[in-house]
Amino acid sequence: MTASVHLPRQAEAAVGDPGAAAALATERILADTLDESVPGVVVDSPPGAGKSTLVVRAARELAAAGRPLMVIAQTNAQVDDLVDRLASADPDLPVGRLHSSDAHAYDPALDRHPAVRTSAKSADLAGMDIVVSTAAKWAWVKPGEQWRCAIVDEAYQMRSDALLAVAGLFERALFVGDPGQLDPFSQADATQWAGQAHDPAASAVSTLLAHNPGLPQHRLPVSWRLPASAAPLVSEAFYPYTPFRSGTGPGDRSLEFTGPADGSAVDEVLDVAAASGWGLLELPAARTPRTDPEAVAAVAALVRRLLEREGVTRSERGDGPAPLTADRVAVGTAHRDQAAAVRAALGPLAEGGPGAGRSGDHEGDRESGESGEGGGPGVTVDTANRLQGREFDVTVMLHPLSGRPDATEFHLETGRLCVLTSRHRHACLVVCRAGVPELLDDHPATEPARLGTWSPAPDGWEAHQAVLARLAGHTVRLR
Amino acid sequence: MSLIDALARMEAAATGAARPLATVRHRHLAARPLVLVPLTTAGETGAPLGAMLGTDRAAPELFTVPQPRDRDLRFTFLERLAEALLPHLESCQDEVEFVERKETDPDTGKRVTVQAELCTDAPQVLVPTGPGIDVVRLLGRSMRFRRTAEEDPEAPHPAPPRVPLLGRWLTHYAERARVPGSSLLLSMTDLLTRHWATGQSRLEDQHLGALLAWIAPPDGIPGAEAARRAELARDEHGQLLVPPAGPATDPAFDNRLLAPALARHDKGVPGAAEEVHELIASQLRPTWEAMWQGVDLLRSLPEGAHTADRWRRDRQSYTHHRDRLRSAEPPQPRRDDAVTAARKLAMREQRQAELDAQEALDDPLVMAVRRLAGEAFAARAAHVEPAVSEGKRPTPRPLVTVRAEEHDRPLLAEGDAVYRALPEGGGQRAEVVGAPEPGVYVLRLVNGMGRGKEPAPGTVPEPGDRDCWTLFEHAPRGGPALPEPEETPWTHGGPPPEATAEPPDPTTPEDLL
Repeated sequence: MTASVHLPRQAEAAVGDPGAAAALATERILADTLDESVPGVVVDSPPGAGKSTLVVRAARELAAAGRPLMVIAQTNAQVDDLVDRLASADPDLPVGRLHSSDAHAYDPALDRHPAVRTSAKSADLAGMDIVVSTAAKWAWVKPGEQWRCAIVDEAYQMRSDALLAVAGLFERALFVGDPGQLDPFSQADATQWAGQAHDPAASAVSTLLAHNPGLPQHRLPVSWRLPASAAPLVSEAFYPYTPFRSGTGPGDRSLEFTGPADGSAVDEVLDVAAASGWGLLELPAARTPRTDPEAVAAVAALVRRLLEREGVTRSERGDGPAPLTADRVAVGTAHRDQAAAVRAALGPLAEGGPGAGRSGDHEGDRESGESGEGGGPGVTVDTANRLQGREFDVTVMLHPLSGRPDATEFHLETGRLCVLTSRHRHACLVVCRAGVPELLDDHPATEPARLGTWSPAPDGWEAHQAVLARLAGHTVRLR
Repeated sequence: MSLIDALARMEAAATGAARPLATVRHRHLAARPLVLVPLTTAGETGAPLGAMLGTDRAAPELFTVPQPRDRDLRFTFLERLAEALLPHLESCQDEVEFVERKETDPDTGKRVTVQAELCTDAPQVLVPTGPGIDVVRLLGRSMRFRRTAEEDPEAPHPAPPRVPLLGRWLTHYAERARVPGSSLLLSMTDLLTRHWATGQSRLEDQHLGALLAWIAPPDGIPGAEAARRAELARDEHGQLLVPPAGPATDPAFDNRLLAPALARHDKGVPGAAEEVHELIASQLRPTWEAMWQGVDLLRSLPEGAHTADRWRRDRQSYTHHRDRLRSAEPPQPRRDDAVTAARKLAMREQRQAELDAQEALDDPLVMAVRRLAGEAFAARAAHVEPAVSEGKRPTPRPLVTVRAEEHDRPLLAEGDAVYRALPEGGGQRAEVVGAPEPGVYVLRLVNGMGRGKEPAPGTVPEPGDRDCWTLFEHAPRGGPALPEPEETPWTHGGPPPEATAEPPDPTTPEDLL
């Protein structure tokens, strides 16, 4: 249906320097965004490509051009993060934070920005240059208070029906999102509309493009987060139609440990990952319950040794070696109960775990790692859904198919694996039971193909094979 | 699959008999349901072969198509189906009660209360399997755009008078069947698998005969063996002893018995139509009996407390459809427009959340599933401390310290909301303000205590009281309203064309076999 317009743009790929390529793409996006004759602009952004930076810049330029705008994000954490970025970038810019009437509806950290006004009523924010809120909250705002312009953030994670509820509020919009992350889903059966242009359970972007195929589409061509060791794999496995590259070269980043290896498989895989960016700790094949105690213990042991051995990271930012602290480490799982089990196993090391103080639930993908304060927050442990949009130095993931007797659509989902393998700046460690390739071979995708459906992401089965093939070269078996 | 579900399946496999998954019946079962067992023709999508139906188990009606590829014979079948089904589907239209409903006045834009009719009951239709519901949908789709001779005197093949109307009813029932918790049109396999777990796979559970063999095994035979017999046992002519519950027929039946009989009918052999009729009846009768056996099994369970609330929504849905027919609206369109699709999905999601909550509240066995998943927990109040809110008008916000029961480990964090059902009805929300030790939570009650300065009696737990707290809402709220279809935004293709009766389907070569 719309696959042809997603082909890579040769012109951008031809620019040699990643910084120049990214700047060129940004200029084109901003030119289209400011062009009044274009009703919508779509921007595909791979993980860590500076999507938030683009949104902040586009919002400020629109505001500077005298066009007040609404910004639609998907979660309150994303909204708070955007408002904070906008206010930090321009402390005098009048920014409204429209929030729900629940208690603790927004991050109180926003109160430190004098030009930011917060309210649960859109009328209170009339006249502000920029008003930011979630799609769910915008849906309660009555049409009539029209903004001419809007920016829709995380548009691929927004459902088509959520866009329907808010699209009456604006005339033209910039849609920004990551096509490789988790697709929106519905708890109820929506298959009767599959393949139709306005399938309410499809992503906002697929509906938008189905009805408006001529809209300009751009992509951000460089991931500043993913290291040179990860970008090619993530690009090939998850973004075959919109390839990207790493902003850094092979020698630009390093992870080293101060503490020596103790000869265990855990330390060995840590060394493999520090050297190559990837490490797979393979447990003996077994069919296990979801909260596989041995796998959970292995994840906890990896995290514990990672911190005990006092890792030191160096990056292209040139701000000298930085200690790898707990807040720069994340553990990703497929299920909530798995995250709870890992948190319990980590004890006080885990953010929000038993014995640990609980702080704000989301810090967003801030460009600078706020590391170094000893005794700070702990290791983030969460599901792929909640790790979306976040960034860490090192991630440890419990493989979604580890120990399973079957490969369901949920566990095969491309976006889940993509989120888990694309959060890191330095290294990604995977804990998995042996036998997943065989499991994949035994369980080809069985979901019926539906006419007219189109996905910006490849098939999960294929993506899993690609990732496992790459990890095979970085495997250490737990003895 | 939940832990309870997995355990019940293992127990069923070990003991040879199905295990209960529910202690109450979670779906409405009408006093006089209409049982409909449809069969379709192999290789001819939408060509009915026959149907057995009725509300009296001793007196089913049976209609068959002696040559399913003959359109005239198909029309005759549909006409008789309409004559048999429509009286049942229309039987509850005139018994109404009056209810008050909030509505937006089109002139003033204000919310006003209006009196509306609500049918006091609605006809229920039961089919054997999920694909049986698909057949109902397909029949509806194939009939509702047909034109009768009266509507279009020029039509070369006019439909019998009441056939388009039946198409609209069947379309409505099949669409309603997609709403979680609805009970206008249900399949027996879905009903039985909701309430019992067998020792076989979910796929095998789709075979009504095998499913019943586990739930009510014939004397002394283990479920697995009885199920295997129901699925596979054949007589000396190679025919299944228990024919499939449809809508597809067994290939051995098609090839060895049905095809030769149809060929004889095509040649004009006398008595061939009666022969086909009897053959199809032989495939339908065992399923007919199985359907009523299923009804009996379900009646043995008491009805869940919230089932009547959900049935009321089914009655509303029935009443709305009646009103649309009476105001001569055109048939349901082939495809939903963007706003209608989004509204339907939003409604279904809300009903799903409501169903999940109500089933757990109605049934301790279902609540156990949620407790094991960390989504609910039983706890005794250990300590209650009065407190009031800050602000101009202080309201009670008591702090209740509860201790979860030994095996309850809710996935709770500070600031999360938990809910409980109040003894006097209604629900109450509380916030987790702390967890001083594992399994102990300090909860701040935030509503459900009346409007006074002091909490109304019975709305605050006493020390020692046991409550089941859930992490999910008991009555999930709906989302904001969507725009009207004529206000569909440009992102979704703009407003759809005005709703008018769509043209009938064009005739294709397949119609003229």
